[in-house]
Amino acid sequence: MTQQQAGLNPETVLKEFKDNGVTHVVWLPDSETNWLYQLMTADPELTLIPVSREGQAISTAAGLVVGGKKPVVLIQNTGMMESGDSIRGWGLSLNTPLVLMIGYRGWTRHGVNRPSDVANFTEPFLHTLGINYYLIENDDDASRISVAFKESEENRRPVAVLVGDEFHGFIR
Amino acid sequence: MFAAADMLEMFQRHRGNALVIPGRGSRHWNGISKIHERDIPLGDPAMGGHASFAFGLAEARPDEKVVLFDSEGDLLMNLGVLATIADLKPKNFYHFLMDNESYATTGGQPVPNATNISYSGMAREAGYPSTYFYDDLEDLAGDMEGILNEPGPVFIHMKIAPEIENLPIGMRVRWQTRTLDEVLRDVKAALG
Repeated sequence: MTQQQAGLNPETVLKEFKDNGVTHVVWLPDSETNWLYQLMTADPELTLIPVSREGQAISTAAGLVVGGKKPVVLIQNTGMMESGDSIRGWGLSLNTPLVLMIGYRGWTRHGVNRPSDVANFTEPFLHTLGINYYLIENDDDASRISVAFKESEENRRPVAVLVGDEFHGFIR
Repeated sequence: MFAAADMLEMFQRHRGNALVIPGRGSRHWNGISKIHERDIPLGDPAMGGHASFAFGLAEARPDEKVVLFDSEGDLLMNLGVLATIADLKPKNFYHFLMDNESYATTGGQPVPNATNISYSGMAREAGYPSTYFYDDLEDLAGDMEGILNEPGPVFIHMKIAPEIENLPIGMRVRWQTRTLDEVLRDVKAALG
C-alpha cells in the first residue's frame, strides 16, 4: 500500500480540531472534506459556519477570533487563491491566529500536472503571502495540524495545512 | 437621502453598550462615539469583509449587541454573506447598510445598478427575519429604539448622501486616532 492510499481518516482530523480547542469551522465544501463534514455536523461542540465564497471565510474567522473563539477555516486551494486579499487583509494585517485547512486539489505528490492545474500555483501562492504550511496525506501526518495551531498562536498569523488526499475525501 | 454624520449622531443616543463596527462611517463616528474601547474602526483591511467580520464577532459573543455600519460597495463584493447570516441568525446582530449609490472614496462612480437595486429586498429574500428601508432620517429616528430592541439579525438599508472624495489618498485628512493593533487590543480588553 502506498502512502497516498493509506489516506486520512476524518476522525483523526476531527480529533486534532478538538485537541486544539476549535470552536467553529468556517467552511465551503470541497472534494476532500465531505466525510469530515458528516462527522462535524454530528458534533454538538462544534459550530459550522457555511460560506459561499472563500474570502468570506477569512473575515468571518477574524471576527470570531476578536470575539475570543478559535475557528478553523476549511476550504480548497482554488478558493484560497480567490481569497488572497482577504487572507492578506483580515488574516495578516489583523495578526489573526488562524489555521487554514486547504484541500490540495490536483495534488500529485509533485508529479505530472498540466500547466494550468491549480496544484502548480498552490505553494507559490502561499510563499507569496509569506504563509507557512504543512502537508498532510494520511493519519501519520495528522500531528502537523497541532503544529500549525501552535505556530499560528505563537506568531499571531495564519498557517496553512495542505490536505493532499483529494477524492479519498478523508477515507472511511 | 440623509447625512451619515446626522444618522450616526442619532444612533449614538440609542447605542447603549453595543459593540460598533463603524465601517466607512468611521471618520464621523470617531468624533461622535462616547465609548471608543467598544468601537472597532478597522479602516479597510480588505474590501468586502466587513459584514462577515461583524457577523463572526456576533457569533463569538452572543452576550453582546453587535452593530455594523456596512456600505453597499462593500456588501456587493460579498453578497453571499447575507445567506450565511440568515442561516445562523445571530440574535445580537444589527446590520445597517449605508447606501450612497457610489464608490464615494474613489471619486463617486456609481455602483452597479446603483439607483434601482434593493438591498433590503435582497436581505429579506436571503432570509433575514427583519428588514427595513429608510430614505428619511426622521422616520429612522422614530424607529431606532424599536429596531435595536428586536431580536436579530436585523437589516436596515439607509439612503445616505454621498461624500465624494477626489484627493489622492495620501493628501486626505486621516481620521484614525488609533492603530489597528490598538483598536483590537482595546476591544479585547473591553470584552474581557
